[in-house]
Amino acid sequence: MRHEVRFSGFGGQGIILSAVILGRAAVMHDNKFAVQTQVYGPEARGGASMSAVIIDDAPILFPKVANPDIYVIMSQEGFEKYGVDAGKEAVMLVDSTRVYSRPQCRYIEIPATREAKQTLGRDIVANIVMLGALVASTQVVSEAALEKAILDSVPKGTEALNQRAMKKGIELAAGSTHP
Amino acid sequence: MTQIEFWQGNTACAEGALAAGCRFFGGYPITPSTEIAEHMALKLPKKNGVFIQMEDEIAGIASVIGASWTGARAMTATSGPGFSLMMENIGYAAMTETPCVIVNVQRGGPSTGQPTMGAQGDMMQCRFGSHGDYSVIALCPASVQEMYELTVKAFNLSDEYRVPVFLMADEIVGHMREKIVVPDSVPYVSRKELVRGMPPFRVDIDLIPGFPQFGKGYGVHVTGLTHDERGYPCATNPKLHEALVKRLVNKIESARHTIANYEILNPDANQVFIAYGAPVRTVQQVMHDHPDKNIGFLRLRTVWPFAEFALKEFKNAKRFLVPELNLGQIAREIERYVDIPVISLPKLGGDLHTPAELLAALEVPQ
Repeated sequence: MRHEVRFSGFGGQGIILSAVILGRAAVMHDNKFAVQTQVYGPEARGGASMSAVIIDDAPILFPKVANPDIYVIMSQEGFEKYGVDAGKEAVMLVDSTRVYSRPQCRYIEIPATREAKQTLGRDIVANIVMLGALVASTQVVSEAALEKAILDSVPKGTEALNQRAMKKGIELAAGSTHP
Repeated sequence: MTQIEFWQGNTACAEGALAAGCRFFGGYPITPSTEIAEHMALKLPKKNGVFIQMEDEIAGIASVIGASWTGARAMTATSGPGFSLMMENIGYAAMTETPCVIVNVQRGGPSTGQPTMGAQGDMMQCRFGSHGDYSVIALCPASVQEMYELTVKAFNLSDEYRVPVFLMADEIVGHMREKIVVPDSVPYVSRKELVRGMPPFRVDIDLIPGFPQFGKGYGVHVTGLTHDERGYPCATNPKLHEALVKRLVNKIESARHTIANYEILNPDANQVFIAYGAPVRTVQQVMHDHPDKNIGFLRLRTVWPFAEFALKEFKNAKRFLVPELNLGQIAREIERYVDIPVISLPKLGGDLHTPAELLAALEVPQ
């Protein structure tokens, strides 16, 4: 089953790292195939940033995301640029601290930045909160694979913080409403 | 033990180079190839190798040529604007028969164009960009796996044929991350050594001179001027010049059956795609989604020397369709060899052809 996941937010939130972690979880720990791509450009610092991952059980031929079925949106500008056209069949996780618009498709509100800041003490891990919520609500990779990929990818000394961020995301997804 | 990784194409290229024994990188970073230089800068010193950032790309390729003459496997990596700057010394490498690997992660041109967007606009430049007649070898990867494997192959071909070998990648394969199976060892082809007492540019039946080993007492004159078999300038002898240039071309062109690396699918098909680099992935998707359509495919990993004999394998072909991220550079090369229509499917701007676009091209009445 092919899944196309699109991440968007602003430069500095770890949008690209989120996609790399998800792809890594699929390939290195779930024995699947994945392709990760991203938009490069001067907007990378502060402007809308976008990255995408395709995950499949079979080798991936066409490597570009055409029609995402899963969105992770972490800024209002990111929503307007990369989320607003989401198809009706898609599901979107929005960081409700930063995104005030809502899509036509099914969506899940995760107050990731608020929780990262208030509960975990560092808003930098908001992207990991979103990853935890993403995996809990879509099972696009296993939680065990995600955890391993996070630990592979984050700076030494921040492992515990990032594990807490992932668990927080899983918890928020479980408690969220699905309008 | 092979190892599974989730690597970016540019990382795979650098790791392939290291596995092939590359121990010198000289160059100047440029998007979208920069990660290759970064990775080599990180890894080469730990393998007793040398990484040097030169003042520009002309100096980058010059340092690579010098390193190669010491016997080292040497490479550089760049993109369009840097590639243009390198052309002078690429001709020098061809004339002096210096093994070297030049990676071009192609971006939209001309000029500085689109630094962050993929293209295949330098395919003719890599074949003909420096002045005078000569031949080269160019390989085109379509995946992260091939960024690794074809980099290894580039070093082996370069040492075997004593010629600059180009890895003509593009931003799409250079920047995407995907699954790669890293082998625990890679094939290694050594340079043929110069036989002691032989003039350094005298050739055998293979048209390739032996390489004098650095530090073993050979006094060799290396010059871009037309030279005799001793390596001495001899620039006013018409016959000698003609023989030298023809040999530089023939040592590659006469070996093209051996060098050529391609794949043929559905040779009985009426409609046949020909692709290299990233557009291969779109063709594969279309073939996967429409097995009923009996689509033929000539998938090139080696673009230069051009494997024109592979075209003859498609005996029932009514037309060739050639998706490229340029305005038909290789389509025109194919036209030289066939009598049936060659449909160029150009795409500029940085996006890959979509499967729907290629499907639509198949539906256009013949």
